[in-house]
Amino acid sequence: MATAAREAGAGVEVRLEDLRRSYAGVSALNGLSLTMAPGEMVALLGPSGCGKTTAMRLVAGLEEAQSGRVMFGGKDVTALPANKRDVGMVFQAYSLFPHMTAQQNVAFGLSLHKVNPAERNRRAGEMLELVGLSQYANRYAHQLSGGQQQRVALARALAIRPTVLLLDEPLSALDAKVRTRLRDEIRRVQLEVGTTTLFVTHDQEEALAIADRVGVMNKGRLEQLGPPTEIYSRPATSFVAEFVGLTNRLAGVVSDGEVEVLGIRLPLVQPDAANGPAIALVRPEAVSLAANSDVSGPLVGTVIAVSFLGALSRVTVGLGDDVTVLAQLPTSEASAHQSGSRVQLTIRRDPVLIARDETTAADV
Amino acid sequence: MTAAGTPAANTAARPTGGGRRLPLTWLGVAPYFLYVGLFLLLPTVILAVGAFTDKEGNPTLSNVTAIGQPYLFSSFVGSAIISIVSALVGAIAGALLAYAVATGNPRGTLRRVVTSAAGVFAQFGGVTLVFAFIATLGTVGLVTVFLKDHGIDIFANGVWLYDPRGLTLIYTYFQIPLMVLVFLPALDGIRPQWREATESLGGNTWQYWRYVAGPLLAPAFLGCTLLLFANAFSAYATAAVLITQGGVLVPLQIAALFQSETGQAQPGLAKALALAMVVIVTIVMLLYALLQRRTSRWLR
Amino acid sequence: MNRSRRLRLNIFRVTVFLAMGTFFLVPIAAMMEFSTRGRSDTGPRTMEAWTNIIKTPDLVAGILASLELAAITSIAMLVLLLPTMVWVRLRLPALHRIVEFLCLLPLVIPAIALVVGVFPINRWMRINISDSILLLSFFYLVLVMPYSYRALDAGLAAIDIKTLSEAARSLGAGWFTVMMRVIVPNMSSAILNASLLSVAVVLGEYTFANLLTYENLQVAIVYVGEVSATTSIAVAVASLLFAFALLMVLSFVGRPRERVARPEDPIPAPASRSLPLSDSFIGVPK
Repeated sequence: MATAAREAGAGVEVRLEDLRRSYAGVSALNGLSLTMAPGEMVALLGPSGCGKTTAMRLVAGLEEAQSGRVMFGGKDVTALPANKRDVGMVFQAYSLFPHMTAQQNVAFGLSLHKVNPAERNRRAGEMLELVGLSQYANRYAHQLSGGQQQRVALARALAIRPTVLLLDEPLSALDAKVRTRLRDEIRRVQLEVGTTTLFVTHDQEEALAIADRVGVMNKGRLEQLGPPTEIYSRPATSFVAEFVGLTNRLAGVVSDGEVEVLGIRLPLVQPDAANGPAIALVRPEAVSLAANSDVSGPLVGTVIAVSFLGALSRVTVGLGDDVTVLAQLPTSEASAHQSGSRVQLTIRRDPVLIARDETTAADV
Repeated sequence: MTAAGTPAANTAARPTGGGRRLPLTWLGVAPYFLYVGLFLLLPTVILAVGAFTDKEGNPTLSNVTAIGQPYLFSSFVGSAIISIVSALVGAIAGALLAYAVATGNPRGTLRRVVTSAAGVFAQFGGVTLVFAFIATLGTVGLVTVFLKDHGIDIFANGVWLYDPRGLTLIYTYFQIPLMVLVFLPALDGIRPQWREATESLGGNTWQYWRYVAGPLLAPAFLGCTLLLFANAFSAYATAAVLITQGGVLVPLQIAALFQSETGQAQPGLAKALALAMVVIVTIVMLLYALLQRRTSRWLR
Repeated sequence: MNRSRRLRLNIFRVTVFLAMGTFFLVPIAAMMEFSTRGRSDTGPRTMEAWTNIIKTPDLVAGILASLELAAITSIAMLVLLLPTMVWVRLRLPALHRIVEFLCLLPLVIPAIALVVGVFPINRWMRINISDSILLLSFFYLVLVMPYSYRALDAGLAAIDIKTLSEAARSLGAGWFTVMMRVIVPNMSSAILNASLLSVAVVLGEYTFANLLTYENLQVAIVYVGEVSATTSIAVAVASLLFAFALLMVLSFVGRPRERVARPEDPIPAPASRSLPLSDSFIGVPK
């Protein structure tokens, strides 16, 4: 509804400057700086404990920053309590007030903003229509499915025409199918209304699918901020490379700006890396297979398993010395290789990242 | 256990017609039903029937109408007043204490200590409790003497410990812990997200309590208060030991009839009073159950 | 939560805990103080009241009688309730609601009311069976039923009776073996709970004993109290400490196991009405 978008007005710029927050001596947020353009949706992505939820709560005003600033449209709101910041929030669970109907939930924020009853109901009805739940206006939370509850929560957050919309893992408590549908819904609504939105999640598929930019966080710091394609295909650090998408970790040796792995040389993302042993991070889609039963060599192995994922399949190949490599191919190609057959690997010469230490994103 | 034996025996006993319920299976619950029938249902029937029977055994309403007499009716009033007051005081004080507990660490030792203590004190009633209060606020009790030494005579206007006022105070001693026990789950059911949602929508503390937490907790609070009322109304032992005059409360009136000549002359009267108690408590407990259902729907 | 709100909350909490702590602990302290008072106002403290306990035959008889009643009632409760509840779960699930209703029915019948209906039955038994105080355990079993039922029900809900018993019987076990070697060991904490609750209720019972003219512990305390206040208060303290110890054991030993959700169960997990252990004493007759 274009009216809703026009009435809401364009979003405002949101700027976070060097936010820090620690709890009982443990640093949860270690200097986060980030500028969100008006109307942009930024996803903060990372494992639990990375500080993304803390960051969101600082923006909301539910926690106090120990240093740093939060600015909405150039205005410093850091000292403002949550109820004066004009933010809309959607929580992971228990979003709705159980003693109110959907309509009453959505209208509640408006009543707190002293909107008169007639106008309240009109706008609440409008928001419910925006999220497609007009016919459920008189239902209570326990009469709605998880996905419906989150949509009402979204309507409620947007009804007050907030400066910023904050979504705290809104899909994590829902079934997989509902999740995919609902994330598209959320994006559609957000684009229509045009509010600057911060979306926190640990699910990288979600973040990549709907955000304008994704900020990958780890241990209280922002490791990389950029559009989804950049995050995926040009990860800036090994953490990002391993957290987003699947990665093969292959032992190799760096020399002269390239890394030698499994007998072949691959270019590096950072050609000035120091020489010596390193772990090369190779994407499964860079690996292809050819049937080969007679030759031996470092790139020849046996198919251990084939996972059918629909249009794509993933093939796990075991090489000598307990090394396994994951390859991702279109299913039409993968069907040629069966468990136990001998195959030869080819690795595309894309620039790869290297990691030096043993900790992986999985360990975090 | 007199239950039926192995399935082999059961199969052998099964009639070839099929479809009929195995009588042997019911044998397994026979002892229970027999016992409950004799010692729970039979006494209840005796009450119900006896309340409407006169001395010769003929049906009558005279026992029930007799409750309207001033000396009997006043005991209902007395019971009601003490029950309501101790329920309200217990409910409010208990709710505050429960709130103090609920806002702390849910796995902390403080909470465990308080809930365990509440479990102990909630069952602390009757004889031992009366003696505890006599030792505290009796004429030579610890607190009485302490205050007297500091110039305050709490019994300047008469010794009130041994009348309904003292009883009400003593009742709060187990009403408060009981309230903590039954109300705490409701408080635990209040999700922090609701407070945060209210704040982000622009509400302050007062608005949160007025529009969100208050309405959500109201059924639970009311239900628990009703439970406390029923608890006080049913109590006998504490009053029996503390109060010497007979008819101030319904339980005392029943006991007096039980043990006196008037009681023998009109055996149905005590039963009618007892039945009235059962009816009142049942109604209150039904209301409590209804309110609990609403509460558990909202505050799972 | 911001700092000033947290501060206000903490002030509130400290105040409440201090006030309540005082209110609840002062009578206990007063009891202890009273029971150790000397003969005169200025005399030294003495344990005379406590040693008197053993020297007073009425008290000793009352203590023994109550302990025996507690033991008999607990055992009878287990023997009657546990097999019945298991049987209903396994073979007659339709009866579940009725059995539950009957077990919880005593909660709405005040003891003082029930005793009026029990009186003729008791009189008959006294004439025709025995004059012993132990007769009371028949009636006490009704009083403890609601609390024991809830404790046992929570324990049964936490283990999958159906699968366990079917497995045992397929291996050749008879019903007695299933009960004693499969079900009971898996419910040990619930059984302990139910027993301790029964013991606590029986030890504290006054109404029935008083009106049916038996002399149990509580009746004896009142009787002795008319003669020597200090001695009866000493007994009161002792019984309170005992009840306290029992409940401490309850809180720490009796933690029901987590229930694994099974969608096909005909009897729903009592999640919405299951009570934490500390709730066990709601409605105990006073």
